[in-house]
Amino acid sequence: MESKINRYSKQLILINSFFILAWLVVSVFPFIWTFWGSFKVKADFFSRADWMFAVSGVNTLIETGDTSTVKAYVESWTEGEFWKATMNTIIITVSVVTISLFLGTLGAYALSRSTYKYTFWILIAALIFRAMPHITLVSGYLFPFFQLNVWGILPTTIIVLVAINQPFTLWLLYSFFKTVPKELDESALIDGCSYFQAFRFVIMPVMWPGVVTAGLFSMMLAYNDFTVTSLLLNQQNYTMVPKINAYLGTIEHSGNYMWAVSSVVSATAPLFMIIMFFQRQLISGLTAGAVKG
Amino acid sequence: MPHKTFFWFFFPSGLAMLMFIGLPIISSFFQSLHIEPEQILMEVEKCDPFGCKTETKVDIEATNKLQEEQPLGRFNGLGTYGDRNHLAFDEIKEAWTNSSSIAEFTDILLNLPFYKALLFTLTFCFAVTPPVVVLGFIVALSVNTITKSLKGPTIFGVILPMIVTPLIGSLVLFWMIDAKGILGSFIQFLFDDPNLSLKSSSQLTWITLIIYGIWHNTPFAFVVFYAALQTVPQDPIEAAIIDGASRYERVRHIVIPHLYPVATFIILICLMDNFRVLEPIIGFAAEGVAQSLSWMIYNDLRSENKMLFGSAGATSMLTIIGVAILLTPVLIRTWREFRTER
Repeated sequence: MESKINRYSKQLILINSFFILAWLVVSVFPFIWTFWGSFKVKADFFSRADWMFAVSGVNTLIETGDTSTVKAYVESWTEGEFWKATMNTIIITVSVVTISLFLGTLGAYALSRSTYKYTFWILIAALIFRAMPHITLVSGYLFPFFQLNVWGILPTTIIVLVAINQPFTLWLLYSFFKTVPKELDESALIDGCSYFQAFRFVIMPVMWPGVVTAGLFSMMLAYNDFTVTSLLLNQQNYTMVPKINAYLGTIEHSGNYMWAVSSVVSATAPLFMIIMFFQRQLISGLTAGAVKG
Repeated sequence: MPHKTFFWFFFPSGLAMLMFIGLPIISSFFQSLHIEPEQILMEVEKCDPFGCKTETKVDIEATNKLQEEQPLGRFNGLGTYGDRNHLAFDEIKEAWTNSSSIAEFTDILLNLPFYKALLFTLTFCFAVTPPVVVLGFIVALSVNTITKSLKGPTIFGVILPMIVTPLIGSLVLFWMIDAKGILGSFIQFLFDDPNLSLKSSSQLTWITLIIYGIWHNTPFAFVVFYAALQTVPQDPIEAAIIDGASRYERVRHIVIPHLYPVATFIILICLMDNFRVLEPIIGFAAEGVAQSLSWMIYNDLRSENKMLFGSAGATSMLTIIGVAILLTPVLIRTWREFRTER
């Protein structure tokens, strides 16, 4: 019977394939275009004369002697100090993922195993916290952070991102721990384990699928953040995303556009690689809250 | 689990949230009640060969001293909320009495910074969400029908716009849509107007931003719908096939009703997330014609010489009220779910 449901008419398959292809072009082509253009000079990528220049690289040939160049990459990584931004991003991402998973697993485990009513209110509070626009929180941070003299440094940003990340991590891991049978750790408790031992020796070995998903989302939040990092870090400590924004320049001084283009590629490439590996976990996480049979 | 154990398990996570999400909201509110100290002016007599003039200058020393004494500025009560850059009560009253028609009044109203930003934010939210739901559903339906071996790569391609951060996503599109970029040139060619630029008018910029919003948000709707499609019961569909229902009828009467709750979830999340729109405005360099509430706060905190904590705090509070209104249905839904679980 299965085959009958999934049998489609020829026209439908044709229309469908066409639609999917068109949609893939819409979602993927901008990235391919930027990737290709990052190897050209500005006169080609933003060509006033003819957009085909960006494909053929006429001006790139004139300026550098070849149809494609890695000049923008070399310059932005060295002169533009993109290596530093990359280092900062790595430090922030790794710390945020580690800390928020540590706090999140403990908290979510407790929430999923407690039968008291206050767990419900905590989860509701987390939901409200999750909805707060980050910029409104940042406006609350700046003044105290200036007064305490902790503005601009990486540890402050790490703690802030961990906290901002907690509500989502808690919800995700909470719904994951709910699927782990209660009998598992209850039997450990009967055998004389403390709650912490039950968590350490019974839950920890089976929690990795959920943790990978939660970690993936923490990583994306820390890696992609612009609002918090651009306002809470000083120029020297900028991570990749605010750094790219800084390359664009302000009204006062013109930026270096090709640095921004090449940095966009440098910043997105690792992210795409990771998502390619963990696509399944990403999708399961996104749907955790939405679909329950 | 006993209260004490629960407390120690939850303490670190709860503390982090309380300190860095709960307190900042209170701090924001507290800031909004204060206003930057006035600059102390002094008169300086300046003499040159052509005579003497008195000039008013800012007494930097005295101002700095005052700043040190009251770093947050002086207490202003709810004054900041009512000023021209926020709810603008006086200006509205004046416009109401002075304008001859409703159209004139709305015109004045929508040129006040806060209402202008509110209008854009709401337009963005409500223009982006419906297409996102519809497109997400169609894409999910089509991906669901393709061969299994192609599904993985297709899904990867479809979700790319969602993975990149909004700033990078909007930059990538902006560079193509720029008058000198590939899409910009194409649009000029299409309308046969070499001076046409999407940046030239505010309507076109708004449309560009909305298209970006749809591009960025559709993958999320797709993923959720796609997962939900896997849970559609097969028996009613088989029965419908036997009864001779066409594919369209099957989708219309079996699949869509099954997906209603999921669709409301997507709509609510989409509205909430788009209410904080900020990065696309920066990425598209559209500050001139499109300001959102988040952008107003960002701008107050970014201003070159002085951060306007009071103003930012007040806008934050008003934004939070907006979010709260949008959040209420989500909360009610969660509450119901919990009730049925117990």
